[in-house]
Amino acid sequence: MERWEGYSGFLLEMIRAAGAEIGDEVLVERPDGSSFRGLLMSKTELSAENILVVKLGNGYNVGVAVDPSCRILKVAAGRRPAFIRPPPPPSRSGLPRVRIVGTGGTIASRVDYRTGAVRPAISSEDLVSLVPELGEVAAVEAEVLFSMYSEDFTTREWGVIAERVKQLITDGVEGVVLTHGTDTMHYTAAALSFVLQRPPVPIVLVGSQRSSDRPSSDAASNLIGAVWAAARAPFAEVVIAMHSWHSDDSISFHRGTRVVKMHTSSRDAFRSVNASPLAVLEEEGGLKVLEDGFNPRGGGGFLYAPGFSDRAALIKFYPGMGPEILDYLEGEGFRGVVLEGTGLGHVARRWIPVIRRLTSGGFFVGMASQCRFGRVNMRVYNTGRDLLNAGVVELDDMLAETALVKLMWALHRARDLEEVRRLMLTPVAGEMGGRILPRSVDAG
Amino acid sequence: MSYEELGLKVGLEIHRQLDTKHKLFCSCGTTPPPEGRAKIRVMRRLRETQSELGEVDQAARFESLRMRRIIYEYDPSSACLVELDEEPPHPINLEAVRIALTAALMVGGRPVDEIHVMRKIVIDGSNTSGFQRTCIVSLGGELVVDGLRVPIQTITLEEDAARIVRAEADEVVYDLSRLGIPLIEVSTGPVLNSPTLAAKAAEAIGRVLRATRGVKRGLGTVRQDLNISIRGSGLMEVKGVQELELIPKVIDYEVRRLKHLASLVEELKRRGVQPEAVESQPILDLTSVFEGCESRLIKRKISEGGLVLGLRLPGFAGLLRGEGDVRLGRELAEYAKAWGGVEGIFHSDELPGYGIGRSEVDEARRVLGCGEGDGFVVVAGREARARDALEAVRMRAAQACALIPDETRAALPDGTTIYMRPRPGSARMYPETDIPPFRVSRELLEEIERSLPPPLERVAEELVKRYRLSNQLAWELIDSEMVEEFEAIVGLGVAPSVVASTLTEGLKQLRREGHRVENITPQHIRDYFKLVSRGETAKESALQVLAEIAKDPALAAEEAVDRLGLRAPPIEEVKAYIDELVSHVPPNERKSATGKLMGELMRKYRGRVDGALLNKLLMERVKAN
Repeated sequence: MERWEGYSGFLLEMIRAAGAEIGDEVLVERPDGSSFRGLLMSKTELSAENILVVKLGNGYNVGVAVDPSCRILKVAAGRRPAFIRPPPPPSRSGLPRVRIVGTGGTIASRVDYRTGAVRPAISSEDLVSLVPELGEVAAVEAEVLFSMYSEDFTTREWGVIAERVKQLITDGVEGVVLTHGTDTMHYTAAALSFVLQRPPVPIVLVGSQRSSDRPSSDAASNLIGAVWAAARAPFAEVVIAMHSWHSDDSISFHRGTRVVKMHTSSRDAFRSVNASPLAVLEEEGGLKVLEDGFNPRGGGGFLYAPGFSDRAALIKFYPGMGPEILDYLEGEGFRGVVLEGTGLGHVARRWIPVIRRLTSGGFFVGMASQCRFGRVNMRVYNTGRDLLNAGVVELDDMLAETALVKLMWALHRARDLEEVRRLMLTPVAGEMGGRILPRSVDAG
Repeated sequence: MSYEELGLKVGLEIHRQLDTKHKLFCSCGTTPPPEGRAKIRVMRRLRETQSELGEVDQAARFESLRMRRIIYEYDPSSACLVELDEEPPHPINLEAVRIALTAALMVGGRPVDEIHVMRKIVIDGSNTSGFQRTCIVSLGGELVVDGLRVPIQTITLEEDAARIVRAEADEVVYDLSRLGIPLIEVSTGPVLNSPTLAAKAAEAIGRVLRATRGVKRGLGTVRQDLNISIRGSGLMEVKGVQELELIPKVIDYEVRRLKHLASLVEELKRRGVQPEAVESQPILDLTSVFEGCESRLIKRKISEGGLVLGLRLPGFAGLLRGEGDVRLGRELAEYAKAWGGVEGIFHSDELPGYGIGRSEVDEARRVLGCGEGDGFVVVAGREARARDALEAVRMRAAQACALIPDETRAALPDGTTIYMRPRPGSARMYPETDIPPFRVSRELLEEIERSLPPPLERVAEELVKRYRLSNQLAWELIDSEMVEEFEAIVGLGVAPSVVASTLTEGLKQLRREGHRVENITPQHIRDYFKLVSRGETAKESALQVLAEIAKDPALAAEEAVDRLGLRAPPIEEVKAYIDELVSHVPPNERKSATGKLMGELMRKYRGRVDGALLNKLLMERVKAN
């Protein structure tokens, strides 16, 4: 149906009868004597069914109401809208080898005329040719692993990506850049952090909040920052590279286990929580490392620890919420949950007996806070102490999302609840512990 | 040659800000924020992109080549994440659509069935997104101007661009408060064949827009673009003519410019200069030739590490200097500045001069290989810029041998114009998929049709007929957009001529005297006249009271009256005073003394009690004996 994208019913029949398809020049004549001439355009599903969208000579699209008494004539064949890739940048010798691996998202997307939304379409190769500056920074290679909305990702995709990155590391690239949809990029970052421990090179996830077919897209500057870090950064960790603020001149690198998407649309949506970003790259001033104690590039001890269980869940507690959900999950074969509790780490007292019963049966219950900032502490109030007694594990200052991913990872490799608890409380990739400084609290 | 013989064709694009509550695609207001407050700054860059047809627009490529840093300044009271391009646009502002549809129906236009918002690529930075959102609301229609039917091609709604604060070679600064204010654009067909007719058509469109009662007024709310051509020339899109009076001047300048360029095409053809001959000229480094010259510009550029580059223009001798303010030299300089960001050029027709001596000229000619009939151009600056500049000069000079190219130009306040960039094509438009199409329903059109405002010409006629105003006073009320106020106040029972002259000449007089008339709100005026209609003050106090309000806009009309001591005393007090005055005059002399007595009364009550009322009370008293 691509040749008649967006059209249906009698209008589609009329267009087909005229022998026309998207991109052709058509003439619409209506019984009232009015006529419209222009290119037939595909349209979005939000447009009414009887509307034909025509691009006039001045470039504007207008919607023309058509009924069976109108006439549609094909005037001339047109060419289908298509993306034409500019030539790739000349490669310079002696630059670090960086591989860009595409997994989808806005950073690699174009307008979808069927749904009117943006959808993954541009390949990583296209991105490289659209951002020629990359050729100055690294010897860039590109590949597309898959092209998916990040909300459709599952533990399977995390596994595929992790395995591909491990191969690339073995092949000897000096850095890996993963283009990714931003919605769940922080989950993937956490997942890779647990699977690819102490990697020898940086693994940089990058996305964009404005699609790359817009002149103002943040894709180019984020990608340049990401490739720069992959090629040259002193740290070899899984990080997310995105705008530090509304401006294009500063890219932050957030540790993969400490970052969340905190804004629906703004370029600076990603923020490190309970930690500062690992580093920022500024147009004037270069790279500033903000956290020491990072895993250094070329350091030894690389460990590949793959595998996730999808039998873990994340539950946000709200006032009045009952504990039935836990029984349900247990009944469905789930083996653990992370609770996003209130404040220092609480849920309603009536949850306590249910939690006690479940944990004594080997079900893991961990506590993170829906406050996002700060660490849980369940020894301050009675409820907290009683929850601890019922078997809840305090997850310190771990982000709830990170805790969930870590639980999925731990459940895959632990034999029993004790081992799950031990893994959950052992820092693996900088996901917990350490000092929280006043300056970190900037949720804005 | 007459304009007609030259084949002058002018089309108009009249842009006007709409006075809506909110911007076109977000909930920010449309009134500018107070001056002088601290602003937040954001730095951005824009890149060219392809349209849905896979084409890159030439004008967009031009801007992209420059890759300037763009700084946006904003006051949070007038810009939100939408203006910052950090949040998708909201659905189109219905209030703005209604105003545009109203204008469309007033000129007999045919509204489209579904409005599709487009992205028009503009990457000079004036739109944070890199495109201006725009949509056709209506096609067709016409206006009759001086008996000529002027076809309206389209009525569009678009978002106003950010205001440029300053532009430098590497950085341009914009303020975001204006970005997103709804603009209506009315475009005519290219049928206007004289400068005066174009001005009249612009005025007629302005009247239609004002009749909608939905447009903003004042400096910066109107922008007129002119599409000008003469027979054989390309199309000149002259942007940003602010005032109506400038329209004929700009057209006249363009006609002189195009005539001159046409004569150059002829002359270069006569001399047998081929475009290819110009295009094949190399750009040569002349730094060593100019190292010792006296030109301060060249010295400075060389000391900053720049070069002096030169280009031979074969067969151009004597053609660069031109006549008056139209010169090929100026055209080439404008291209050099626009494409290369250089400060200017030197050309052979003005040398020796500007500190460049005969010996440098001779040496430059020798190095460039110039013969007697050749000209040349020299540019100083950083190498990449100087080269871009001379490449643009070479391109333009080659064109000059064959044609007059399409251009986008900017109008200057003196009525001349300057080259901005190539003319954009339709390749710069693609759909704004963040905004759903807007269905123009029959119900909506019928509702607007029912409440269609009358054209201003009819409003003027009505005012004259109904209130016995002069034609001039009627138009003054219309031009100051006071018709509604006027009718409301007259409805209170105040004499129409008093109200009309207060609202027009009265306010004008206050402004002349330096009062801050903008502080006086319609509410103030209405409240004041309410007091007059109730006899609580006299109409003679109008200007005094309004002047007081202009000084202190926090005052209510009533407070201003009291502060000035202009409140009418109780009628009994007036009557008692009249009694007293009259009792001092012997009864038989009273009739003849009324003039003098009236003088006394006016002295005491002027501005407080209506003269007519005083006269009536006095007469009653005198008659009573």
